Amino acid sequence: MSVAADSAVTFDLDRAWRVHPQVSMRPEPFGALLYHFGTRRLSFLKNQRVLAVVRSLEGHPSARAACAAAGVTEAELPAYTRALAVLAESTMISERTPHDPRT
Amino acid sequence: MAEHEVATHEADADALASDELLVEEVSIDGMCGVY
Amino acid sequence: MTLAPDAPAGDVVSPGRLTDLFQLGLDAPICLTWELTYACNLSCVHCLSSSGRRDPRELSTDECKAVIDTLQRMQVFYVNIGGGEPTVRPDFWELVDYATAHQVGVKFSTNGVKITPEVAARLAASDYVDVQISLDGATAEVNDAVRGPGSYATAMRAMQNLSDAGFRNFKLSVVMTRQNIPQLAEFKAIADRYGAQLRLTRLRPSGRGADVWDELHPLPAQQKELYDWLVAHGEQVLTGDSFFHLSAFGSALPGLNLCGAGRVVCLIDPVGDVYACPFAIHENFLAGNVRDAGGFETVWKTSELFTDLRKPDTGGACRSCGFYDSCRGGCMAAKFFTGLPMDGPDPECVQGYGEAALTSLAGAPSAAVPRPSVDHSHRTTRAVRNAPVPVTITPRLPTPSRPPAHDCDESPLAGFAAP
Repeated sequence: MSVAADSAVTFDLDRAWRVHPQVSMRPEPFGALLYHFGTRRLSFLKNQRVLAVVRSLEGHPSARAACAAAGVTEAELPAYTRALAVLAESTMISERTPHDPRT
Repeated sequence: MAEHEVATHEADADALASDELLVEEVSIDGMCGVY
Repeated sequence: MTLAPDAPAGDVVSPGRLTDLFQLGLDAPICLTWELTYACNLSCVHCLSSSGRRDPRELSTDECKAVIDTLQRMQVFYVNIGGGEPTVRPDFWELVDYATAHQVGVKFSTNGVKITPEVAARLAASDYVDVQISLDGATAEVNDAVRGPGSYATAMRAMQNLSDAGFRNFKLSVVMTRQNIPQLAEFKAIADRYGAQLRLTRLRPSGRGADVWDELHPLPAQQKELYDWLVAHGEQVLTGDSFFHLSAFGSALPGLNLCGAGRVVCLIDPVGDVYACPFAIHENFLAGNVRDAGGFETVWKTSELFTDLRKPDTGGACRSCGFYDSCRGGCMAAKFFTGLPMDGPDPECVQGYGEAALTSLAGAPSAAVPRPSVDHSHRTTRAVRNAPVPVTITPRLPTPSRPPAHDCDESPLAGFAAP
């Protein structure tokens, strides 16, 4: 099980992100399960708020905005940034490009 | 009873303990009870 | 049946350990094993499902599709199809295609008998079908002693065909035994040769496995050797999380490290019976049937058995052991089919408590070891094997000088006598 990347992986909160199209999201009582059909990896989102952030990424101009809209405080932001970094590293979420119709 | 010191994950000084991670990942083959 | 958490959304409280999250139950299994048929062209001595003969009550093609529809609705991401030998079902490909067309990923487990070059090419072209080839020896001598004459050659041919067709990272799955643990390096070499990913799994005394457990299960020193080898190979080698009982040796292996039965996984058998897991095909672990009103979804969410399994584990006789948090008391099926109490040590407990418990069991002759309720073995005995394998049940000698340990003894050392 991979622990959050404490390596040089940095996550850009100010870019636009979205859930990878090959990912299936399944809400659960504790939060959610994400399964990537391409990589066959499974991610556990361990509370409702991080699920709210991930779900809403597509509809916000930046991950920072998505976090704020979900009620993530400044104190909490580092933990949420780390969470998003983990998801980005395993390609559960990817940056939105100018080609994406929803940008 | 004696405290169990068995580590179930690596945790260096800066990284959060597994308990505090908001996202954890595992392989789809990481569940027991499957062929 | 799901309970809403009391804590408000967000991380006002720490999210906690992953395994604690499952206390609330899951709306659907994460991964599911589905045995499509009890029919099999082989008669492996350790078959966990005692397969061989088709059951006339097998789910029909339409019933299978209805199950797939349910799995899609429940968003089950991934189903592990096995048997018996699933490819002998005439509708096998129709069902695989139906599953992948309905957002259910498939990995099927096979002895390779039907993996021709044409089939391999078709598989290589599909993104959502994974293949797992079973092999239990790195040489024909070791493999065929367990799986039957010619089975090694069949598996090799299948892997060659998959490799030639460009299928990368199919799985080579091995059940670890006393006889094949010395071949770890060779298994890795075979996997590498065919571009496959090696998967090592635990032998459980399930199905016909109970009959050969004493002869085949790894020795304590071999368990350590296996653990060290797995640690050295990290996530390169899969295990299906089947060695979480070895976590007591040191740091945990990759995976959830807990018994998933009825909590995150379960089994659907060829006649639609839903069991806690494929290693527990016994009426004690039968949760319901997909033909019942409400189908699989109702069984998963409301069955008494699963509700019970989802209650927090208190550890029983193991809770005073410092390693309980790592090993979680081991495998429910391994305990059950060796006659051990569910709230005590695993028969292969790395601290030796399981061995001790088995020895003291021998002093209680009234305790009969549970037999599988369901047996589809071929009636005729197997043809002569390549190498002799003693398939007798080793009698456990009673030790009259030591009183049998009571099941309720809290001490894991109950019944244990120092050597």
